[in-house]
Amino acid sequence: MTMKPVTFTLNGATKAAFTTDGQNLLDFLRRGVGDLSPKYGCGQGTCGSCTVLVDGAPQLACLVLAETVEGKRVETAAGLAAGARLHPLQEAFMDRFAAQCGYCTPGMLMAAKALLERNPRPTRDEVIEAIGGNICRCTGYEPIIAAILDVSQGRVRA
Amino acid sequence: MAVTVETHATLIDAARALGSSGATYLGGGTVVMRGINAGEVQGRIVRSADPALRQVGLSGDTIRIGAGVTMAQIAAHRELAFLHPVARAVGGPQVREMATVGGNLFAPHPYGDFAVALLALGARAVPATGGGALPLEDLLRDRRRGGLVAAVEVPRPRDPRAFGWLKVSRVKPKGVSVLSIAACLPRETGRIRGARVAFGAMGPSPMRSAAVERVLEGQSLDAATIARAAQVAAEGLEPPTDSIASSWYRREVAGVHLRRLLEGMA
Ligand SMILES: Cc1cc2nc3c(=O)[nH]c(=O)nc-3n(C[C@H](O)[C@H](O)[C@H](O)COP(=O)(O)OP(=O)(O)OC[C@H]3O[C@@H](n4cnc5c(N)ncnc54)[C@H](O)[C@@H]3O)c2cc1C
Ligand code: FES
Ligand code: FES
Repeated sequence: MTMKPVTFTLNGATKAAFTTDGQNLLDFLRRGVGDLSPKYGCGQGTCGSCTVLVDGAPQLACLVLAETVEGKRVETAAGLAAGARLHPLQEAFMDRFAAQCGYCTPGMLMAAKALLERNPRPTRDEVIEAIGGNICRCTGYEPIIAAILDVSQGRVRA
Repeated sequence: MAVTVETHATLIDAARALGSSGATYLGGGTVVMRGINAGEVQGRIVRSADPALRQVGLSGDTIRIGAGVTMAQIAAHRELAFLHPVARAVGGPQVREMATVGGNLFAPHPYGDFAVALLALGARAVPATGGGALPLEDLLRDRRRGGLVAAVEVPRPRDPRAFGWLKVSRVKPKGVSVLSIAACLPRETGRIRGARVAFGAMGPSPMRSAAVERVLEGQSLDAATIARAAQVAAEGLEPPTDSIASSWYRREVAGVHLRRLLEGMA
């Protein structure tokens, strides 16, 4: 099995690790780099729980070939908090009970972050569209939508 | 995992490496990576980092879209406004960041929504090995022989209202297609000249409907013409049965959706 070195930044810090031929980014982050925040739900692109940002764009880590992040910027939910201070989206998700089992939460947070970076004042429909690739089996989505709107409309203490 | 991945600097190198070896080309990977994860795709994987793949170029009335251009790139491109609704209908936001135009031409049923629009627009595929561009219907007829595609050349509709698009899915907005329809109906003094109508998920790959085009050609888009077109909508198409819909259902509803699309374009 060929091992290939990959150097990239993960949540702002430079990382170098070996990937194997055909390894997807999700497996690489979790097993190769030790970032357990992106979750494995389906491995086929349908659940969104593995969503990470690659050079700022939301992508499904289970469908990204790990070696293609060479030189790129990867962001995961593990990088959202600044030390002990949670990211406003994390605060809002807690306040609104937008996480139940929590399995979808890291992917939801990253999809929401991508939206707010591109469009800081989204409409409700734009929020729904932005999380349309992320499945949640617990919350019924409404608390998640409310939490994201809270952040965009400045209702979150942080 | 029995795969090896080769990255080639230029598309022509990638095309040579692919040859007729049975290796798999990796575009955005939304279909291929699924196969690799499941162990269904094995052997050599060939990819290319050629920047030309990601370029969009305009010359006169023709738009050249690199095969590696993503749906998100299309949806953000000002000159491609007529294609925005089509690009936005492919998967969710993450899929659109990854899914490429080239991959959409080869994605199996029920995928290929973007290819349906390209087919109706009269687009041509530019082979990576050089040589003349190929009408999309020829490529789609036998995709196994398609070879590596460098770009698609899309004639820009003179009147944007001549192009219409509709996708029917059960889960909105990102569910896969029950069917999709694209129509290019340029009009001269009120009459349709050069009708092109294509269906997705109504055959093994996106297909033009000769029957509908015959009904529309030379006519004005009035209620009687639309009714006749709706009647023959499923003629000559072979919709597959899958978990989204049965072949019977797709045939039954094709005319209804075609009528809605044409009424919107009248
Ligand atoms: C959750 C989910 C939802 C989806 N929803 C939709 C949808 O609504 N509509 C839709 O149409 N599709 C959908 N898809 C399928 C897919 O994402 C798109 O069809 C996409 O455009 C495929 O492009 P890709 O670059 O990711 O393809 P890849 O996976 O890289 O490749 C797909 C096929 O095309 C070949 N290929 C890729 N590029 C080239 C090229 N330049 N020349 C020759 N062959 C090439 C590959 O070898 C492979 O056989 C969905 C996928 C997922 C995972
Ligand atoms: S694990 Fe990647 S989309 Fe489900
Ligand atoms: S909180 Fe359980 S899946 Fe979303």
